[in-house]
Amino acid sequence: MASIQAITMPKWGMTMVEGKLVRWLAAEGARIATGQEVMEVETEKITNVVESTVGGTIRRIVVPEGVTAPVGALLAVLAESDVPDGDVEAFVASYADRAKATKDTADAVPAPRLVEAGGHRLNVVSLGEGDTVPVVLLHGFGGDGGVWLFNQDALAAGRPVHIVDLPAHGGSDASVPSGRVDEIATVVIAVLKQLGVTGAHFVGHSLGGAVALAIAPIEPAQVVSLTLIAPAGIGPDISTDYLDGFLAADRRKPMKEVLGKLFAEPETVSAEMVENVLRFKRRDGVSAGLAAVAASLGRDGRQAVDLRGVLEATTAPVLVIWGERDAIIPVNQSENLPAKIHVERIAEAGHMPMMEAAGSVNRMIAAHIAAAES
Amino acid sequence: MPQKSFRQALNEALHSEMGRDPNVIVLGEDIAGGAGASGQKDAWGGAFGVTKGLLGAFGPSRVRDTPISESAFIGAAAGAAMTGLRPVVEIMFVDFLGVCFDQIFNQAAKFRYMFGGRAVTPMVIRASYGAGSRSGSQHSQALYPLFTHIPGLKVVVPSSPYDAKGLLIQAIRDDDPVIFLENKILYDTMGEVPDGPYVVPFGEANIVREGGDATIVAFGRMVHFAMEAANRLASEGIDCTVLDPRTTSPLDEDTIIEMAEKTGRVVVVDEANPRCGMAADVSSIIAEKAFGALKAPVMKVTAPHTPVPYAPNLEAAYIPDASRIADAVRRAMSFSRT
Repeated sequence: MASIQAITMPKWGMTMVEGKLVRWLAAEGARIATGQEVMEVETEKITNVVESTVGGTIRRIVVPEGVTAPVGALLAVLAESDVPDGDVEAFVASYADRAKATKDTADAVPAPRLVEAGGHRLNVVSLGEGDTVPVVLLHGFGGDGGVWLFNQDALAAGRPVHIVDLPAHGGSDASVPSGRVDEIATVVIAVLKQLGVTGAHFVGHSLGGAVALAIAPIEPAQVVSLTLIAPAGIGPDISTDYLDGFLAADRRKPMKEVLGKLFAEPETVSAEMVENVLRFKRRDGVSAGLAAVAASLGRDGRQAVDLRGVLEATTAPVLVIWGERDAIIPVNQSENLPAKIHVERIAEAGHMPMMEAAGSVNRMIAAHIAAAES
Repeated sequence: MPQKSFRQALNEALHSEMGRDPNVIVLGEDIAGGAGASGQKDAWGGAFGVTKGLLGAFGPSRVRDTPISESAFIGAAAGAAMTGLRPVVEIMFVDFLGVCFDQIFNQAAKFRYMFGGRAVTPMVIRASYGAGSRSGSQHSQALYPLFTHIPGLKVVVPSSPYDAKGLLIQAIRDDDPVIFLENKILYDTMGEVPDGPYVVPFGEANIVREGGDATIVAFGRMVHFAMEAANRLASEGIDCTVLDPRTTSPLDEDTIIEMAEKTGRVVVVDEANPRCGMAADVSSIIAEKAFGALKAPVMKVTAPHTPVPYAPNLEAAYIPDASRIADAVRRAMSFSRT
């Protein structure tokens, strides 16, 4: 019976412990639909608009604008208008205790682990539980598992989620087999076997999309469904200026400029985001590994990987998501795809729709997974 | 990400580079601990425990205890560097470098220039610095401005375990003489430090915190006080940027100017004495290159122009702290030209 519901401080990524409520986008008394943008939250790393995961009338705003609250803290209470004020107050009063009880489980952050397979060690974070088919998240070139910070908890509701850092990325070893997408796919397959995964819903972004797609012909049974977000490998063009710029940038300013190209709104890139990428790039061996991967992705503005045939041949259900303001891989590559493929375009997003329009992307993925399992 | 101390981060950097390059050697007083005497070997790992374990891993030919004669072994290291080794010398307290100025200022710093670029001097001089440990005025100074003044030297003042490891690895791989100064209060500071080797480039400031109202530029241990002040000020509605230049030579002037222009108010915090110190230097750069953007005079928070006192109450008063930094920011915020 959920006549009174809570809007709480979301948890984005592994390290977030608190967030600042920058702005309420709805006032007390307003009716909120599930999926409606309700507030803006800022962390050390990033600021984002949060969509409500519940619907109802805002009866109480507990945390005012400008205040910082821990992850899981009660921010506002939703209830229908016939719920007495006393019940709402009692809900607020009791929440502190419940938050404390759930805090222990929230604090049990799944530790990243290095999983070794075929001579390579990949960094994997696993969350969620259940006997259902797991989700595997594969990030793009130069990224890491952190790009899924707005998606991982939503996708992990009732099912295991494995966030894999690709070779030479994130917390994985800097060594790459050769940089070729099919060889990266082979390493990922070996790691998933180590994890006991025998079939998964793959969600891949950009390079990770190409890797997910490349898994299909090698190990068809592994691929229950595919969600490809601005994937590499299915069209002719790619911004190799971006790849080259990313490889060359070893300082804050040039890196900030390069990362800005990923987003429809370049100012989304925070100092913290830039610092994290630089920290990753400063590790011994990473530059060489990244250069090998970039070389296999494309040169002179043209993609070097062609997985179009794989896309046409695969029997797994495929969802393609693209931001219409993508400056890295043009959105027109989502046109003229085989009819069986479901395509979603997001008007306000650049190359990072899973961050720029997290709520929409989470709903699209959930619906796609549900359809694939039905 | 594993949590490690500043001391452990430095130790990992030394292990990493000695393992990577057989030309890397370490020299210093008590760093091998008891070598050549009846005492236990590797008993200390140097005065602050930073070199612990190196003797066992790399042997006495690469981990060498020296006599108490800084001028001799700094000179030896400069010569060794010029002839192909990459020595890392530990000096217990930066104050003791007073007896080696010729070796540093006139020799190591000048080799590249005097030999027309054909000689390099890849040596690192590590030393503790700073007040607050009741060590007296000859063991407590913050002398990085002296070395910053000399062309041909690079000068590093790390504030966090992460930076300490990456900057020390960069220092060892660098082909120029590097003065690497470790605030002795920071050795037990904990922070996230990756296990493997990585480099933090010189001349690249770290934006520790971003805020639009004022910029606090702070060096070494002062970064922690600057953050404490910024957090206090945030609760008053004053949002500060905290900038840690990480190296005083080369100095990331671009980022300092960028933040000065963005916020219009700057406070520079330096544990060194005020005359010809980093606070004076940074203030002059901003006055010259960002004058038009300033909404208030650049404020300096430094030690006074006195020796570091030994009396605990006076020593505490000597060191800049969060309250003084916050006051300086408030003065900058309330400054009016009329």
